[in-house]
Amino acid sequence: MKKGVQNLFSPSVEVPSPVNRDQVGFQRHMETMCADGALKPWWARLLGLLEQMPQAERGRRLEFARRIVAEQGITYNVYGDERGMERPWEVDPLPMLLPETEWRAIESGLIQRATLINSVLADCYGPQKLLKDGDLAPAMLFAQQDFLRPVHGIAPQNGVFLNFYAADIARTADGRWWVLSDRTQIPTGAGYALANRLVTARILPDSFREFNVERLAGFFRRMRESLAALCPKRGEDPRVVILTPGPYNETYFEQAYLARYLGYTLVEGQDLIVDAGRVYLKTLSGLEPVDVIIRRVDDAFCDPLELRNDSMLGIPGLVEALRSGTVAIANSLGSGILQSAAFNSFLPGLCRKMLGTELQMPSRATWWCGQNSARQHVLDNIGALSLRPAFGEAVLRSGKSDLDSLRRAIELKPDNWVGQERMQISSVPCWESSGIVNRPVVVRVYLCGTSSGYVVMPGGLARTGTDALESGVSMQDGGASKDVWIISDEPVEEITLLSSGNAQIELRRVGNNLPSRLADNFFWLGRYNERLDGAARTLRAALLRFSPEARGAGMRLLSPLLQTLESQDQIPPGSSQPNRSPEALEGDFLEAVQSDKRSGNLRALAQKLVHLAMLVRDRTSNDVWRALSELDSAVHTGIGEWSVGEVIGVLNRVLMLSASFKGIARENMTRSQAWRFLDVGQRVERALGLCLFLQRAITSPDAAHPSLLESVLEVADSTITYRSRYNLLPNLMAVYDLVLLDDTNPRSLLFQLLQLQKHIERLPRSGTRTLPLADERVILETLTRVRLLDPHELGGANGSLADSETFRTLEFVVRALPNFSEILSANFFSHSKVSSIRM
Amino acid sequence: MRYQITHRTIYEYTEPVTVSHNAARLKPSTGPNQCLSEFNLRISPQPDRMSWRHDYFGNTLAIFSIRELHTRVDVCATSLVEVIQHTPPVASLSALWTDVAERFKDPVSPQNAEVYEYCMDSPMVRTNREFAEWSRISFPKTATLLSGTSDLMARLFTEFTFDSEATEVATPLEDVWKNRRGVCQDFAHIAIACLRSLGLPARYVSGYLRTIPPPGQARLQGADASHAWISTYCPVHGWTDFDPTNNLMPSDSHIRVAVGRDYADVSPLIGVLSGGGSHIVRVEVDVVPHD
Repeated sequence: MKKGVQNLFSPSVEVPSPVNRDQVGFQRHMETMCADGALKPWWARLLGLLEQMPQAERGRRLEFARRIVAEQGITYNVYGDERGMERPWEVDPLPMLLPETEWRAIESGLIQRATLINSVLADCYGPQKLLKDGDLAPAMLFAQQDFLRPVHGIAPQNGVFLNFYAADIARTADGRWWVLSDRTQIPTGAGYALANRLVTARILPDSFREFNVERLAGFFRRMRESLAALCPKRGEDPRVVILTPGPYNETYFEQAYLARYLGYTLVEGQDLIVDAGRVYLKTLSGLEPVDVIIRRVDDAFCDPLELRNDSMLGIPGLVEALRSGTVAIANSLGSGILQSAAFNSFLPGLCRKMLGTELQMPSRATWWCGQNSARQHVLDNIGALSLRPAFGEAVLRSGKSDLDSLRRAIELKPDNWVGQERMQISSVPCWESSGIVNRPVVVRVYLCGTSSGYVVMPGGLARTGTDALESGVSMQDGGASKDVWIISDEPVEEITLLSSGNAQIELRRVGNNLPSRLADNFFWLGRYNERLDGAARTLRAALLRFSPEARGAGMRLLSPLLQTLESQDQIPPGSSQPNRSPEALEGDFLEAVQSDKRSGNLRALAQKLVHLAMLVRDRTSNDVWRALSELDSAVHTGIGEWSVGEVIGVLNRVLMLSASFKGIARENMTRSQAWRFLDVGQRVERALGLCLFLQRAITSPDAAHPSLLESVLEVADSTITYRSRYNLLPNLMAVYDLVLLDDTNPRSLLFQLLQLQKHIERLPRSGTRTLPLADERVILETLTRVRLLDPHELGGANGSLADSETFRTLEFVVRALPNFSEILSANFFSHSKVSSIRM
Repeated sequence: MRYQITHRTIYEYTEPVTVSHNAARLKPSTGPNQCLSEFNLRISPQPDRMSWRHDYFGNTLAIFSIRELHTRVDVCATSLVEVIQHTPPVASLSALWTDVAERFKDPVSPQNAEVYEYCMDSPMVRTNREFAEWSRISFPKTATLLSGTSDLMARLFTEFTFDSEATEVATPLEDVWKNRRGVCQDFAHIAIACLRSLGLPARYVSGYLRTIPPPGQARLQGADASHAWISTYCPVHGWTDFDPTNNLMPSDSHIRVAVGRDYADVSPLIGVLSGGGSHIVRVEVDVVPHD
């Protein structure tokens, strides 16, 4: 597991044990059955419905579920996976059913537990009375790496240290629910539970209504209210951000999803800055104060100054800002200590001491080896227990062979080990393509702390294991997840996350200010989409003109296109040499579409594009995402034997999808700063791509040849316009006029420059000024040079035009635009690298 | 003995730094046998914000940030400290080491909880079996805590070589152990690992040594920079200091600044900055008797 990131699933992974299935008395409890073996009526109803469904219909619905996941882009990142950024989320659309009455008991047990954990946290990071009174062994705190001494003494204003809490619970054969593990650091998965609900309710809409399933939105509304209440300046509209470790984090999808759902800004550490003891978000129009931080970064990584010095994910000075109370963070830093397995053995005593009652829901039996008697028990029963580190998250896979070394490790550092009882947990029916299968199930339940106590999400994230033994429940090993329905006989209240229309709101025409890093990402998203378009267009033009029999003159006309492909790094250097054989060239073309080795290959560009889209995930619609993921799959399909004709088909599809992305952006994005930077990126790239090709075409000895001019029109996507204006073969002067100087042609150079000029006039600037700024200067100068061009100088020319004003202007543009791009970065996107020094 | 101490750190960067956030532990503490009478911290460029507090271990911590564009930072701490000459405790009169170790075995009584924190592994010091085996030689059953520790210090001093080039701040303890060389920080970490491996409490002390020794005495290692030594807890005498780099028990030539579990808890100066490129750093420490 990578450091500094939370692992969603492995903490509860169990050590596989050599339990014998045929062991006497072994019988797995079925969720569907009553104690007397009868089918519970609600399960009978749901399973009956499924049984009545024709085989084909069942398959169709499963396929539909998979499609929703793909279209919504619901993913889970797996480290070390080859194309691994996005692994589709596995949803089993058959929900787990829990009647409301049973749920209330779980709810109350977990509220008690969260309340208890919160009090223990408050004590550990405050007076430490539990240590002084001997209720907690000192090692429980001091042996934990996660006990963060620099935040000792910082108390949240409302006394809530544990804003978010989750518990993994499971049921045993006697019908009791047990807590397998606590999540107190960064309880992940609530967003996935929400996504599962979306899928399940669409696959089984009738049952969803019929069972009166409790809605999840109410929980999220309470969550939003309680987070707003954390804002140090009461009454104002608080700025809440979700601090993410970045797109490589395994639950990045969920972070972006929740940010969008809750209306928060998703930020990385480098987007925030501490200035004069306050946290700010760096936006295009300056620093904006941040009031509440929901962290998805492990606590020790949140501040490289006072916590882990080597952290690249945090905000230097954050601890000091928290100490001065200008910003709130959820969960509080250091809250991870309470998810240690060793705490299980202290909770019953702590509960009596702190809450004066018995612990309602038991934890899995745990023996902490830091205590003599417990250690002895573990050593005596070492083969029958599952052994794991007492603190932290790593899981030891034990086998019979290394029991001795395990024993020695326990004796050397007993504090660091716990033994836990192995449990037979209940099974639930799973809907799979092969049919209905029973699998062991663990449910993660989510709670949120409010000023008036904890609230529980009515539902949860159920995870089912592929392993029929024990609780080997892990997504990483290919398990699935399902929705949890809390069902009742009464109709449920409909809740939506949007507040009611009666409330007074201030009308807004501009959204929250765009973080600088996102502006940067939108800019490059625009550039890469256009680069992909240009690459596909050039390649298609070359393929259409290429024939394996072509020799001599035919090949010469192809030359400017080949040189451009080479400069785009689509084909290897040297491929445009006139003596290259057509066979070798054909190989180059096929390679260009099927490989991602070169930076200019379609696949490499598409990957870049998807990556960039992922970075702006919380700011773009699902349609944008859909268009891009289809684009990505379009370039990745059909590896193998392709003919040139088939390749052209792929290129057509790429061009269409790239255009549809642009169309969605143009039609559906508000004219905000995000859209502006996207469009600036697009215009810069289009102008640059065009000029790079024209430079080569105009210096070709065949510059005026109609066939070469045709490819110019094609690369500039202006063929139809030309035909509608001139009823003759392409003419040098007319073609260059159309692609360079016609301001009504949205593909022309002049058009791009005019758009750029409009955009930069509207970029946010601070202060007053009299002279044009550096970026405005570059565009103004370029625009003027292009405007002064006279296409008549090309009239009647034959052969190379290397000393024409047109060529010199193209050269100028090719130098000026990258310069413009750099000025933009320096002015708007600069987030300089942070380093740390320790003496 | 009164000392005038000057501790100056100068960073020079190849590229301008736009913002820096810093944490400094440079203020000598007042405590047993030591009293701070004057302290001054000068920082250039002028920090835009500075706050003081005591950290978890009771050390004085200054947090400051510099917003001005700069390529050079100069942090200069000057203090006037009185150190009382004292006779180190007689080793044979301390508690048996086995009795001390027993206190920190389960169940640890709440009264011992505070000291117990220094028996645990810490960010830069992790014990293992090898440390325990090596240390046991100095701790026969009948040894007192302090006689065993003295013996351990003597062996460390003989077997390890002081070498200012051998290690860096980040050199892992295992490498120091293997190569048998290092600076005062490494000597202190090894000594701490040895004591903790036997279940004994040990903490890290950072501070200074007087630069020019009294007439007729040899100059001590580590006198021209900040120094580090260790302290172990004896139920009879309380926290008792040992300097493994020089194989002695400090009296009035050592000036304490901060204590912690290891170096990570007491770094004199930490900076996190934007920009800066690469940097060179110069540290000057001067400790002179003051009349």
